[in-house]
Amino acid sequence: MFATIVRRILQTGLVVLIMSALVFAALYLIGDPVLMMASPEATDLEREAIRRTLGLDRPLWEQYGIFLAKAAQLDFGDSFLTGESAMHLILERMPATLELATLAMFISMVVGIPLGIIAGLNPNHFLSRSIMGGSVLGFSLPNFWVGLMLIMLFAVMLGWLPAGGRGPVERFGPINLSLFNWDGFKCLILPSLTIATAKCALIIRVTRAATRECLPQDYIRFARAKGLRERRVLGVHLLKNIMIPIVTIGGLEYGQVFAFAVVTETVFSWPGMGKLLIDSIVNLDRPVVVAYLMLTVVFLAMLNLVVDIAYTVLDPRVRLGGAT
Amino acid sequence: MSQVIEPVHDAAVAPTLRAPVDRWRRFRQQFASSTVAMVGLFVLVLVILAAVFAPWLAPQNPFDLATLDILDAKLPPGSKNFDGSLTYWLGTDGQARDILSAILYGMRISLFVGFVSVSCAFLIGAVVGLVAAYFGGRMDALLMRLVDMQLSFPSILVALVLLAVLGKGVDKVIIALIVVQWAYFARAARAAAIVERNKEYVEAARCMALSWHRILWRHVFPNCIPPLMVIATIDLAHAIALEATLSFLGVGVPVTEPSLGMLISNGFEFLLSGTYWICFFPGIALAIVVVAINLVGDHLRDILNPRNEV
Repeated sequence: MFATIVRRILQTGLVVLIMSALVFAALYLIGDPVLMMASPEATDLEREAIRRTLGLDRPLWEQYGIFLAKAAQLDFGDSFLTGESAMHLILERMPATLELATLAMFISMVVGIPLGIIAGLNPNHFLSRSIMGGSVLGFSLPNFWVGLMLIMLFAVMLGWLPAGGRGPVERFGPINLSLFNWDGFKCLILPSLTIATAKCALIIRVTRAATRECLPQDYIRFARAKGLRERRVLGVHLLKNIMIPIVTIGGLEYGQVFAFAVVTETVFSWPGMGKLLIDSIVNLDRPVVVAYLMLTVVFLAMLNLVVDIAYTVLDPRVRLGGAT
Repeated sequence: MSQVIEPVHDAAVAPTLRAPVDRWRRFRQQFASSTVAMVGLFVLVLVILAAVFAPWLAPQNPFDLATLDILDAKLPPGSKNFDGSLTYWLGTDGQARDILSAILYGMRISLFVGFVSVSCAFLIGAVVGLVAAYFGGRMDALLMRLVDMQLSFPSILVALVLLAVLGKGVDKVIIALIVVQWAYFARAARAAAIVERNKEYVEAARCMALSWHRILWRHVFPNCIPPLMVIATIDLAHAIALEATLSFLGVGVPVTEPSLGMLISNGFEFLLSGTYWICFFPGIALAIVVVAINLVGDHLRDILNPRNEV
C-alpha cells in the first residue's frame, strides 16, 4: 500500500511538471505581449526595452527555468494590464467562485439524491422514467444555454432576479461573501442554478445506480425482515451505503466546478476566477492565464491524488488489487 | 474476413450460427422498442436533412449582404419585409438577417464541426486504444497514463486554452475538439479490445500466423465497434454543445461562419432589452439537436452495452 501511494505521488508530480511545460510552451505562442503594452508609436528601441524588462529576450529554456523556480514560490509575475501580482488577482476573485461552486453543489446534492433514490427504487415507474428523462436534459443541454434561458425567464420576463453581476457583499476578514446578504444572494441564485442543473443530473444518475446496486444486498433485506420502517431502511441503511460513490463523484465535480465555472461566470458576468481567465485570454494577459492554469493543474492533480489515496486506504479491494 | 460467431446472450434463443443480416435486424427491432429514441432519431434525421438542404430551404441567404435590408433589423417573429414578399417567421437580427435562414445555415456549420471532429477522434482513439490493449505492458501503461491525464482536465478548459493558442477558425475548433475527445474513444476501445483479445477467434487468427495489424483491424476492431458507436453518438452531442459554448465565449468560429453558438452569442446583447427572439430561437434549435442526439445515444447504450449503467 505504501509503495502504491508513493508511486501515485511521484506520478502526480510528473504530471504537474509535464503540464507546466505544456502550459508554458502554449502560452509562449499566444500573441506578443510587447505589442499590447507598448503604445502604437513606440520605436523599436522602446519595444526592445520592454522586452528586456519582461525577460522575453532570453532563451526559451532559461525562461522556463525561471518560470518554474518562481512558480514554486507562487510568483507568476505581474498582470500586464493592471500591474498587480497575477496570483493576488486570482486569490481576490476566489471567494466569488467558491461561494458559487458551493451553493451549486449544495443545490444539486439536495435535489439530486432524493430524486436518484426515487428513480432507483422503482425503475419502471412513470415518475422514475420522467426523472431519468429530465436528467438526460440536464446532462446534454449546454450550460450557457441553461443560463440564458434562466436570464430570459426570471430576469427579463418576470423581473424577479438580477440578470448578472455580483450584488453587495459582506466582508469576513479578507473575504467578500454575498451569501449572507439578501440582495447579494439574489444575484447568486441564477448562476448557481445554472451550474446545479448539469451537476444535479449527474448526481441523480450516480445515486440511482448506487441505489439499484444496494437494494438487493442482504443488509437491506435483513433490515426489512427485522420489520424496520421503510423510512429507516432507506434513510439509514441505504443512504449510508450509497453515500460512498456520491461523495466521490460529488467531490470531484466540486473541484471541476470550482476550477472552471468559466462559462457560467461569463454569462452572468460574475466576477469570479473563470471570468478573469476569459478576460485575460482576450487581453493576452499572459501572467494571469499562466497563473490560473498552473493553479488549476496543481489543484486538479491534487484532487485526483487525494481521491486515489483515500480509495487505496479505505477500500480493501483496491488495496489488495495492487497496481493503480 | 473469417466469420465471427457472436455469443448469443439471450438464453431463450438456440445458439445457432447467425448471419450478419439477422444481427442487424435484431438491432433494429431493439432500437425501435423505445418510442422516445425513435422520436429522437426522427428529429435528428430531419435536422440533418434541413441542414444539408439549407441553401434550397432557407427563405434568404444570410451571407449574401445584397439581400439584407438594414431597415428590417430586429423585426419580431412573423413580420413581413418592405414589399411583403418575404415573411420573417422567426424575426430578424441586428443586421436584418432572417433568423430562420441563419439557423439553417448555422446548423450546417455546427453539424459539420461535430461530425468531422467526432470521426477523427474516433479513428485516433480507436488506434491508440487497440494498440494499447493488444500490446499491453509498457505501451499500455504509457498510453493510458496519457489518457488519464487528459481526462482529468475539464474539456472546456483544454479547448479554451488550445483555441487561445491557435486562434479562431472552423478548422481550429475542429482540432481543439479532436484533442479534447480522442481520449474517451481510446479508453473505450482499450476496454473493449482487452476483452476481445483473449477470445478464441483471436487465438485462431494467431495460429494462422496472420500479421498483428491484420488481426487487430480485421478481427478485433469490428467487434469493438458497438461500444465505440455509443461513445460516438453521445460525443457528437457533446462536440456540438462544446463548439457552441466556445463560439459563445468568443474563441470559436469566426463571425463570417456563424454557427448556432455564434448566433446565440450575437443575440445575447439584445436579450436584456427584451428582443428575445435573436437569442431564443437559435438556442432552441441547438437544444433540439443536442437532446435528440442524446436520446438516441442513451438508448443505444442500453442496447449495446447493458452492463454500463451510469
